Amino acid sequence: MSASSLTPLAALPRGRSLRQDAWARLRKNRLAMVCGVVLAGVVLLCYGGPLFCSYRIEAQNLDMGATPPSAQHWFGTDEAGRDLLVRVLTGGQVSLNVGALATLVSLIIGVAYGATAGYLGGRVDSVMMRVVDVLYSLPFMVFVILLTVAFGRSMMLLYLAIGAVEWLTMARIVRAGVQAQARQEFVEAARSLGLSDARIIFRHIVPNVLGPVIVYTTLTVPAVMLLEAALSFLGLGVQPPQSSWGSLIDQGAKSMETYPWLLAIPAAFFSLTLFCFNFVGDGLRDAIDVKSSKD
Amino acid sequence: MLRFILRRLFQSLLVLGVVFTATFFLIRLKPGDPFSGEKAMPASVRAQMEKRYGLDLPVWKQYFVHAAAFARGDLLPSLRYEGVPNAKIIADSFPVSLVIGLSALTIAIGVGLPAGIVAALRKNTWLDYSAMSLAMLGICLPTFVMGPVLQWIFGLKLGWLNVAGWFERSDWILPSATMGLIYAAYIARLTRGGMLEVLNQDFIRTARAKGVPGRQIVMGHALRGGLLPVVAFLGPAFAGITTGSFIIEKIFQLPGLGQHFVGSVFNSDYTLVQATTVFYAALLVLINLGTDILQAWLNPRVRLT
Repeated sequence: MSASSLTPLAALPRGRSLRQDAWARLRKNRLAMVCGVVLAGVVLLCYGGPLFCSYRIEAQNLDMGATPPSAQHWFGTDEAGRDLLVRVLTGGQVSLNVGALATLVSLIIGVAYGATAGYLGGRVDSVMMRVVDVLYSLPFMVFVILLTVAFGRSMMLLYLAIGAVEWLTMARIVRAGVQAQARQEFVEAARSLGLSDARIIFRHIVPNVLGPVIVYTTLTVPAVMLLEAALSFLGLGVQPPQSSWGSLIDQGAKSMETYPWLLAIPAAFFSLTLFCFNFVGDGLRDAIDVKSSKD
Repeated sequence: MLRFILRRLFQSLLVLGVVFTATFFLIRLKPGDPFSGEKAMPASVRAQMEKRYGLDLPVWKQYFVHAAAFARGDLLPSLRYEGVPNAKIIADSFPVSLVIGLSALTIAIGVGLPAGIVAALRKNTWLDYSAMSLAMLGICLPTFVMGPVLQWIFGLKLGWLNVAGWFERSDWILPSATMGLIYAAYIARLTRGGMLEVLNQDFIRTARAKGVPGRQIVMGHALRGGLLPVVAFLGPAFAGITTGSFIIEKIFQLPGLGQHFVGSVFNSDYTLVQATTVFYAALLVLINLGTDILQAWLNPRVRLT
């Protein structure tokens, strides 16, 4: 056998990892890609935009009052003559911050809790999951409201309170995934090498269940933002002069008859962002989780 | 089955105990008390009021007094609406929330279910795409955007319905539609997913091979299995509709239970907060039990243990 009869390595079709497969499937989903780009645009605009605005969020101009969108004020002004553009963008920062941080909180609690239950199994698992069942049956909106009034109106607490009620589904998803992995040989091998349970769980098992976790995280962000907006709408979220999309919509709804742009513009930004998050989440699910992508 | 129900009811009592305890202490952590209203009260009157409602006792004693009363089914009088029993406040306001909630649920199922079934049967056609895009829009439009928009169209522009309030027979339409359409969107997506899952299975192919007419396959064979995710969603949906009523009631200025809950939290009306929270929790627990039984009936593979 001569060396020339061997196909050179470079000419072989390169194998593709699962991750590359998923990425290719996601790339083909045009709607999800467009939404991803729009989302990136909204995030950039909210965090970068206010740096270029010449108006401050709290700067009032009572003589001017509410004016429709114009060359000076692209989004118009509210009753106190405050520039709506800069208020919508900074309000977006608040909403996106809540979305990111509360989701992070729910992610940490949910993954740690679900992985522990799924790995340990048996009695511990059934008690831990029964607790989740019980928590599911609580009127959680009631508790978010109680938590926010009990511990004052700090933003940090708002993040924690929302995250603390949103981790339940995440825990269930992670537990199901971990349970399937925990009985496999590579886990046994890791155990026979004398690794600690915590190391096995977080270093070897959790990376294998990341797919569904990523998907559910993308879908948690809009849910959390919706919850924050609802709280702000009830007057329990961010306090003036700060604004979030929820509180801007609340103010806008009060005067929609006379100044419709005060409702329309924040509502459009908010809905567009949620829309995009949901479609990116759906696209990720179809791309990562092959089984559920039939439909 | 009976054992399952009894065990769940016992579990529910535990849940209600936890809810009561958590509420009792959380609301007392809030700064301010029930008598710190707009008008300052003379100290003597205040002391008398506190004595009458047992607020002068140490907190742990109050806890046991209140817990004993709630366990007997006595929801205590409100602190803010002086002397009015909380049970009466709930009995007066809950029917409003219930009418809105039930009609919203009816709209959600009536619109969502057919839309989901049609989308699944006509998968990847313009019908499917437009139904699912509308559904996604419904999911992304929060109630507090949808509500004002509907108010503007039907109340202000067309003048067909009252913008807000609870005076005329037709006043349930806008609030129910606002909430119903949003939940219809979730139900449509779940129905479509569930139906597609079932339609791909072998027993459907067998039925088709036997020559069962298409309508009968859909209605008789596929729907029962396809509805499972929808039924599982009804519990959380009802929870969302009852607790979502805070917002709906604020938008449409309805005298429902949600307003009393939010108001009592703001006013530190301790007993009313406890009463409404426990009431909500009891409602949810019962709904969840009902959903589980319904699921077991639809799917013989679900075993109630």
